[in-house]
Amino acid sequence: MFVVALPILVPLALMLLLIIIPAPVFSRWTAILGSLGLLFLSLYLLILLQDDPVLVLQAGGWKAPYGISLVIDYMSALMLSVSALLMLSVSVYAMNFLRGESYAQLFYIFFFSLAMGINGAFITGDVFNLYVWFKVMLLSSFVLISLGCSKEQLRGGIKYMGLNLIGSLFFLAGIGLLYGKTGTLNMAHLAKILIDDEQSILMNSSAMFFFLAFGIKAAVFPLFFWLPSSYHTPNITITSLFAGLLTKVGVYAMIRFFTLFFVQDQDFWHHLLLIVAGLTMVIGGMAASTFYETRRILSYHIISQIGYMVMGLGIYTPLGIAGALYFTVHNMIAKTNTFLVSGLISKVKGSYQLKEVGGLYRQYPLLAVLFILPAFALAGVPPLSGFFGKFMLIKAGIDASRYGITAVAILTGLLTLYSMIKIWNEAFLKRPVNKDQKLKGRLSFSDIFPSVLLGLASILMGLFAAPVFKFVMAAANSLLDPSLYIESVLKGFLP
Amino acid sequence: MEIMLAILVGVLYSTGVYMLLRRSIVKFIIGILFLSNATNLLVFLAAGVTRGQPAFIKKGAEQAELVADPLPQALVLTAVVIGLGILAFVLALKYKFFQVSGTDDLDQLKPTEE
Repeated sequence: MFVVALPILVPLALMLLLIIIPAPVFSRWTAILGSLGLLFLSLYLLILLQDDPVLVLQAGGWKAPYGISLVIDYMSALMLSVSALLMLSVSVYAMNFLRGESYAQLFYIFFFSLAMGINGAFITGDVFNLYVWFKVMLLSSFVLISLGCSKEQLRGGIKYMGLNLIGSLFFLAGIGLLYGKTGTLNMAHLAKILIDDEQSILMNSSAMFFFLAFGIKAAVFPLFFWLPSSYHTPNITITSLFAGLLTKVGVYAMIRFFTLFFVQDQDFWHHLLLIVAGLTMVIGGMAASTFYETRRILSYHIISQIGYMVMGLGIYTPLGIAGALYFTVHNMIAKTNTFLVSGLISKVKGSYQLKEVGGLYRQYPLLAVLFILPAFALAGVPPLSGFFGKFMLIKAGIDASRYGITAVAILTGLLTLYSMIKIWNEAFLKRPVNKDQKLKGRLSFSDIFPSVLLGLASILMGLFAAPVFKFVMAAANSLLDPSLYIESVLKGFLP
Repeated sequence: MEIMLAILVGVLYSTGVYMLLRRSIVKFIIGILFLSNATNLLVFLAAGVTRGQPAFIKKGAEQAELVADPLPQALVLTAVVIGLGILAFVLALKYKFFQVSGTDDLDQLKPTEE
């Protein structure tokens, strides 16, 4: 199945192409067409999955536990498609927002190397290989976040870099201990060994290292400080790209590890996950409500939403995991969209400070529509995607009699609503700060298109919730019963 | 041998953490360097150390003898190479930051929080 490796190879090839041919117009269109290609590729993979639910490529022809396995199952394919959709919209958005910046060329190169890292992390079936893809992703994001080289960005870059490097060291230490105890790093093989392992308590040391590493990357409660102190510094294009993609890779890895092979000592882990989830939701939501700068509100709000995904994992029923997946997809789309719209607001009004903008509802009704779609989706208003995600999670919580976390999830919904309403009131309903304030710029088609695209995706995910629900349920069931995954990768190999 | 290495790993970790907690950015970077080397040694150590048995199998041998596990060594090698790349970038970032801001003090980083 050579096609399995394509989501890694295509961005690599495009990245090299952009290094060889450094022409602004060329790289702009390569980014757009390349992301479009990746989107079609991942849709094709989704179609392939209809026949064969686990696609496997043994890299280099080495048999399963000895070589590196690349595996695509429902969850990977879902994440691949959504990230390709986000990349497409961000690459269109970058056309105007990066025009004239001296670093535009570098942005496009690292755009693809980031894509390669993220896709690699979604596809790989080997723990150490996942570490390598994490590093590819981290290094690209270090470069992207400090691209402008302004004082502010370098400050944000150093904070971002420091904590993420420490996270990746935890990751590596976890790999060492895991290998020492099991003698393998192939995920399917690990699952086979660990599922009926008796000395479960010994696995907790490695599991905790991985939890810390992914927790730092996903920005869960005690480990999130790098995110709000760096996400508002770079160009809004880069922030939108990061907001949708990076933290979710951490969530993806966490879901993968804690459903596939860290399934021992479930009481302890699920309680820990739920406590962390609850604190993440509340603290992120409360912090978001104290700020008056759109990017900061939205950054803290990312953290709050991560809590919901971890909550789904902590509930650990098929519906809970399915809810987590649905919510992740919804959140990637809606969150990126809010950042894109905040960029549009700043382009029209010249500021991210809510105190300095206002009256947009009258001056630019279209922008109001663009904002209300993702904002209502995030707040969980029924016809849009967020409602179904929250509904699934809350229903799963009640079914599993986890009442505490369910109550927290519902109350955090109010905090979300509050911070969205704050942006709405301040930016759109409030009167303009200066009476004769002119609009700073007009929006062109390529500015609005990405936001329209993602807004439509939010609506469609809500309107056609049933097929999406069926898909995420299938994904969740295959995660909770990994026998097919193990069998497809190992092909009858006996430990 | 394992005990010695384990102590060394512990010392490196504690030194690294101590350096991380200093205010200077350069010391912070050195701390990360210590931590990454400690982690590399940890990976190497966790798989068990076999003395004097490189992972070569004699030609025509029916069964492999007890040899050192080559995989953790390969992992460490990869991690070292990645670490070098990261370090180069981090130092460049630090240098650029020093050029722009003229400070090496982590406490001066605070204003992004406002």
